[in-house]
Amino acid sequence: MDAQKYLNEIKGRFPGTADAALERIKDGVPALLCPAPFLFEIVKYLKAEGFNYLMDLCATDYRDSLEVIYHFCALETNVKLTVKVRLDREKPELASITPLYPGADWQEREAFDLLGINFPGHPDLKNLLLPCGWEGHPLRKDYSRKPDQYD
Amino acid sequence: MGILLDEAPYILENFPGGGIVITSADWFINWSRANSLWPLTFGLACCAFEMISANMSKYDLDRFGVFPRPTPRQADLIFVAGTLTKKMAPRLKKLYDQMGEPKYVISMGSCSNTGGPFYDSYAVVKGVDKVIPVDVYVAGCPPRPENLIEGIKKLQEKIKKDTIKNNGRAKIFK
Repeated sequence: MDAQKYLNEIKGRFPGTADAALERIKDGVPALLCPAPFLFEIVKYLKAEGFNYLMDLCATDYRDSLEVIYHFCALETNVKLTVKVRLDREKPELASITPLYPGADWQEREAFDLLGINFPGHPDLKNLLLPCGWEGHPLRKDYSRKPDQYD
Repeated sequence: MGILLDEAPYILENFPGGGIVITSADWFINWSRANSLWPLTFGLACCAFEMISANMSKYDLDRFGVFPRPTPRQADLIFVAGTLTKKMAPRLKKLYDQMGEPKYVISMGSCSNTGGPFYDSYAVVKGVDKVIPVDVYVAGCPPRPENLIEGIKKLQEKIKKDTIKNNGRAKIFK
């Protein structure tokens, strides 16, 4: 699989994605680093290219920034591709891809719940794992736990 | 049995020979309570499998009169088997409140005793005794079925020392 081909295609199609980069290849799966405002269009393009299966969607805290990672797979050709998006820590916001991949629904809610990433466009963005009314985002590195009546 | 057991001991102990009646009644009531402990199975994590195993034919809890019930209304005992999360804690309290008196609790495994390997987690209750009163703590991670049987025998010993004068635990935990 030539990831460079997809990268060049993306850069050609969407002006403003010049800082998209081929980040690294791990276990034979290339990772594209994409700018956040163009994510929805890029994913739409990738879906049209045959990446019809969202294997996983997860988010990580790297202390200076947050990162959302999408793992795509083309089931017909068994080609895999990873898309990464860096987000600002203070106000993390990223377009929801649930309209394209319904499987992203709960994954995005989990990232919203545990890391506080906002996904505008999501049909039902609310707590998934934590109890209602929980304060803070436990998977952030600077999360400090407040003792409650159960501690 | 509620009104009879609540009021009878306090009336009886004023009569000569009343004490003998109370202790005889104690012996019979405790014997029947200790030998028909019907547990509400509250399996939360891997301890639940040891609890299931203890109920199955090899260890056969039925020979001690321990017979799992699916509803708190029919249960005298609750096995809290596994990690109790903060989200689950109100549900446990609700089920415990729905059980009829007298009711007993066996906390099974490290997680439900103290939080276990998740003592530092933001989501885990550090011991079931933060939510409901516990009679017997069974150690282990998870405890073997033999260990759970030991815990049930300990609870039976505790029940047999009880007297209707303090009416089980009802007065203590009200």
